[in-house]
Amino acid sequence: MSISQKKENVQMQKEKILSLLRLIEQNSGLSELDLSIMLDVETQAIHDAISALEKEGVICGYHTLIYWDKITDNDVTALVELRVTPQGGDGYEKLAEKIKEYPQVKTLYLMSGAYDFLVMVTGQNMKEIALFVSGKLASINEVQNTTTHFILTKYKELGFDLEAKKAGERMVVTP
Amino acid sequence: MKEMLSKKILEMKPSGIRKFFDVVNEVPGVISLGVGEPDFETPYHIREAGIQALQGGKTFYTSNSGLQNLRNEISIYTNKKIGNQYDPNTEVMVTVGGSEAIDIALRTIINPGDEIIYIEPSFVSYLPCILMADGIPVAIELKPENKFRLTKDQLENAITEKSKALIISYPNNPTGAIMEEEDLRELVEVIEKNNLLVISDEIYSELTYGKKHVSIASFSGMKERTIVINGFSKNFAMTGWRLGYAMGNAEIISQMVKVHQYAIMCAPTISQYAAVEALQNGEEDICNMRESYNQRRRYLYHELSRLELPCFLPEGAFYMFPDIRKFGMTSEEFAIDLLNKEKVAVVPGNAFGDCGEGFIRISYAYSISELKEAVRRIENYIMDKHTTEL
Repeated sequence: MSISQKKENVQMQKEKILSLLRLIEQNSGLSELDLSIMLDVETQAIHDAISALEKEGVICGYHTLIYWDKITDNDVTALVELRVTPQGGDGYEKLAEKIKEYPQVKTLYLMSGAYDFLVMVTGQNMKEIALFVSGKLASINEVQNTTTHFILTKYKELGFDLEAKKAGERMVVTP
Repeated sequence: MKEMLSKKILEMKPSGIRKFFDVVNEVPGVISLGVGEPDFETPYHIREAGIQALQGGKTFYTSNSGLQNLRNEISIYTNKKIGNQYDPNTEVMVTVGGSEAIDIALRTIINPGDEIIYIEPSFVSYLPCILMADGIPVAIELKPENKFRLTKDQLENAITEKSKALIISYPNNPTGAIMEEEDLRELVEVIEKNNLLVISDEIYSELTYGKKHVSIASFSGMKERTIVINGFSKNFAMTGWRLGYAMGNAEIISQMVKVHQYAIMCAPTISQYAAVEALQNGEEDICNMRESYNQRRRYLYHELSRLELPCFLPEGAFYMFPDIRKFGMTSEEFAIDLLNKEKVAVVPGNAFGDCGEGFIRISYAYSISELKEAVRRIENYIMDKHTTEL
């Protein structure tokens, strides 16, 4: 017996699309069949929705969150604040285009407040990052000022608690 | 030493749940689908309210009936959800979980010799609490062909001149059944004709899927004779905070408060402050949790169907109650065999009443990953059984 006599087969409603995105954001390992069952929508509609969302750039990629510190000593991350003087009306966009090309740059945001860009930079050690910041970022004409903060310990990232999984705290059987 | 103890207590059957808990605890690496509480932690803003109350020194007793503010919020919340208006000063009381509310409701209404009708399979506490209050328990065995809903005929057949009250519990633990408006309407006629009181345990009231929860107390004439029990454990993932409430006729509630004040004094103060926050700002959390449960419900039901385990489609709570009779084992034998062979724990259905024999309760208060792994192991178990039979 199917759980629903009439699954939604037409274009998915916005609410279901948001549910779909929330699900795959937390767990990209769910198959289209899993999603179809959980959201009570035909598998084809799930497939079409995901394709459309990928084309529109809403789904930008499928990422596995790795806590590198647990497996290597050669992974250092820094958050670099850039104060810039953008040139022209689209100065920020042009600058962002340039900065994000660097493979060391993992994250790039334009911010409100005391500085303009927040850049997350990774490297094998602090020296490598410092050289990248001074050699590549600071040397960009529009960049007036950089402030580099090294990440010492990561506790939580993208909604995931990075500490060792706590043993289940619930009693094994309860009424 | 035993001869010094209460005969009534000694004669009570020990909990089937407890017995199974002891067995499961001995097996390492178990995926337990036997838990009757949410896997979510209490939403952070509610925990913060509790923390602030602690830091602010709110460590004294509250009034016996509970914090005024909390009773006000309960009244507003209940009006919004089931339509009834309960006076927070006389018709609402805060208890130590829905469990305490059940216990003191029964102690308040029972005179020796009174029969209390209740449904099975059901939450393990109804029968023992009836016995402890010197009532005579009368069980109605619900049927899967009726979607485990209580029917008018079943109720009529159970009533005698000694019948005092009916305990119903929907959405239901362990079956996940709900009662819809037309089902309840049929019972209302019988209840009024026979002048019964009703204890309506609605602790899973927020966890219905696709259909709004209806309380029997919302029918005309029923508010006066119904004690509605609800709480924060399941709806707000606050099981450990031990907080519930009862609502009903002022006379009944005032007598229940009497019992409560002598036995308990008041429910935990910090929990009450946290609960105010839950009722004021917890609607979005409820929606998110309900959506999660619903996704898992759909997944698990699909898988049980695929594995050809007959199961009634639950529309409430977070349990499934599949039928395992085709394996030719008792519920306990099945549960222990599954536990030993595949390290998956499910609760034998007879822990919830004799008519639960032949069924198992599976809780889906677990992440999808854990459910998937559990299903994989159950599938192995079933395939292994088929191979052995060939």
